[in-house]
Amino acid sequence: MKYLAEFRDSALAQRLAAEIRRLVTRRWVLMEVCGGQTHSIIRNGIDQLLPPEVTLIHGPGCPVCVTPLALIDKALAIAARPEVIFCSFGDMLRVPGSQKDLFRVKSEGGDVRVVYSPLDALALARQHPDRQVVFFGIGFETTAPANAMAVVQAKRLGLKNFSMLISHVLVPPAIEAILRSPANRVQAFLAAGHVCSVMGYWQYVPLAQRYGVPIVVTGFEPLDILEGIRRAVAQLEEGRAEVENAYPRAVTYEGNRPAQALLDEVFELTDRAWRGMGVIPNSGWRLRPAYREFDAEVRFDLAEIQPQESPLCRSGDVLQGRLKPTECPAFGKQCTPRTPLGATMVSSEGACAAYYNYGRLMPEHSADDPRLLAQPQRA
Amino acid sequence: MSSFADPGAWACPLPLRDYPSVVIGHGGGGKLTAELIAHLFAPAFGLADHALGDAAIVELAGGRLAIATDSFVVRPLFFPGGSIGELAVNGTTNDLAMMGAKPVYLTASFIIEEGLSMDALAAVVGRMAQAAQRANVRVIAGDTKVVERGHGDGVFINTTGVGVVPLGVDLGPQRVRPGDVVLISGAIGNHGMAIMSVREGLQFEADILSDTAPLYDLVAALIEAGGEALHALRDPTRGGLAAVLNEVAAAAGVCIRVDERAVPVDATVQAACEMLGLDPFYVANEGKLVAFVAAERAGDVLARMRAHPLGQRAAIIGQVLAQPAGVVTVQTAIGGTRILPMPLGEQLPRIC
Repeated sequence: MKYLAEFRDSALAQRLAAEIRRLVTRRWVLMEVCGGQTHSIIRNGIDQLLPPEVTLIHGPGCPVCVTPLALIDKALAIAARPEVIFCSFGDMLRVPGSQKDLFRVKSEGGDVRVVYSPLDALALARQHPDRQVVFFGIGFETTAPANAMAVVQAKRLGLKNFSMLISHVLVPPAIEAILRSPANRVQAFLAAGHVCSVMGYWQYVPLAQRYGVPIVVTGFEPLDILEGIRRAVAQLEEGRAEVENAYPRAVTYEGNRPAQALLDEVFELTDRAWRGMGVIPNSGWRLRPAYREFDAEVRFDLAEIQPQESPLCRSGDVLQGRLKPTECPAFGKQCTPRTPLGATMVSSEGACAAYYNYGRLMPEHSADDPRLLAQPQRA
Repeated sequence: MSSFADPGAWACPLPLRDYPSVVIGHGGGGKLTAELIAHLFAPAFGLADHALGDAAIVELAGGRLAIATDSFVVRPLFFPGGSIGELAVNGTTNDLAMMGAKPVYLTASFIIEEGLSMDALAAVVGRMAQAAQRANVRVIAGDTKVVERGHGDGVFINTTGVGVVPLGVDLGPQRVRPGDVVLISGAIGNHGMAIMSVREGLQFEADILSDTAPLYDLVAALIEAGGEALHALRDPTRGGLAAVLNEVAAAAGVCIRVDERAVPVDATVQAACEMLGLDPFYVANEGKLVAFVAAERAGDVLARMRAHPLGQRAAIIGQVLAQPAGVVTVQTAIGGTRILPMPLGEQLPRIC
């Protein structure tokens, strides 16, 4: 496939890996921010090509993983109501709430539907004027423009039966929270390419300057990621701390200005709780007052929700790069994709799911197991 | 697994306790389905070797019969490249063929939803009749039930097939051993993505057609070409290539190593999968088979596959190793290694 096969070329990957090995003289810790990058790294075995000096730790950029438990519980409560058609992206369905997940609600009679776009949910609302259609609007800056567009259209159409349960989160405040943490080990970031295709990368320049960290805008295919790592390592070795764009075929400095204008029209900044990480100031978006009528939390009475997180789950440490999934005592034991304790074990972008599914350190396997050989380097 | 039902164990089996009600994933052909079989059906019916094949082989005076059954629930009833009618014939006869059995008879049960248009029903049955002719089987018994509107998806079809296993043919995962070569008869993922493209109303640049096809003719050619060296055949239907490779690795107690670059995937299927965040290894096929062949005859079997109209894009995709037993590994395109796990339930399209 054009523009995919080219970025999975084995010989070029080996050349980039050799270049990284040539550059590196000491240990460096890099964080890939986006869960899509984490999965590409583990799925393609990119970490296996890196020299032992380079450690990749996996960032909080998985929208499914950081959506707070209280909001999942609210989603479950709304989805169970008989008048509601609850629409979600597919990978939210298996994320555990305090008691159950959306699959369970569906099997118990809730009308839960997988959609590919919030505009599909809008179409459902027009088809079913007698039902309340609720879209689970989660995600980073990447998914926000489509959600904003759906709300604008709902207002234009005067729809009274469409609303959105929103938990939009933003990358730059999360990077800043990680950098300010006393336990931080991250020395350079691979910024999330798709987020930057919307927002550009001008927001990252002050972060790189203030904290003295290289930030490299990086794509998702093996060569994209290796090139991002190569540039980050080169900056670290040379003592530079700049923002570089290693994903120019999708990202410009300014980003998508019309999308940004739409986001500004619909959303305003708000403090957000990140699952496993706590509240980060000004780290999310909520609907502006002019659009607040489409907020599902306003439309439905949800006062009773009392979330209960598993005491064994350490996904917060995983999301902040303090713990490898395999270092969690519950990994592969109490916590597996079929019995997940936290969202990081179920989401298609969750670090724990990536380690479990693509094979990393499974305790029940013998010493010649490739899962052991594939154990990522530790700092 | 014990071969006797233990009422205490199967009344509330442990792994099923997490699911007080059936979820869609229990029908996905992955781990949840396997748990349902292992902890409920197999102990209840006293089946010890339930995981071993697509069809059961029974010895009767003078010969061996293969028996397979399958139910078909697909929405929409008609999709690019086929319909529930072709699936109902090809799905069951292919299960027989994977045991080396020549399909002979089918039964057909229809559970029809009140309100289904007679034209649609007639079209489904017409497609079924054509498919039966193509597969060279006769439909010899059937049943009709109608359920109230809202209690079915148009029509559900169950077919049960009977086939004859030729003398000397013995195929099954128990014969797979280290050193065997793994072949696939063509590109993967077409059926699943064809269904998804119409079910979800997704518009791709080119139509993706289901690959539904009767495989016995190809199987007969492979048995002739491979003889004793042909060890096992599986058709990678729901759960895709990943599910059957994991089932064989577990049943045979071997490791299967697959070279990602060698697995044929059509560009349109690859593009559609990329768009939705799906992995073609887990997408269903309805007209492909995976063959496990002793290395010395793998070339002959591959040549024979490629000479058949249903095997033109056949390829050698991997090999069987001794260790680590029960595990499927993939050599990635850029030279890394990963595990190809058994799917849990359904694949879920990603958020972004």
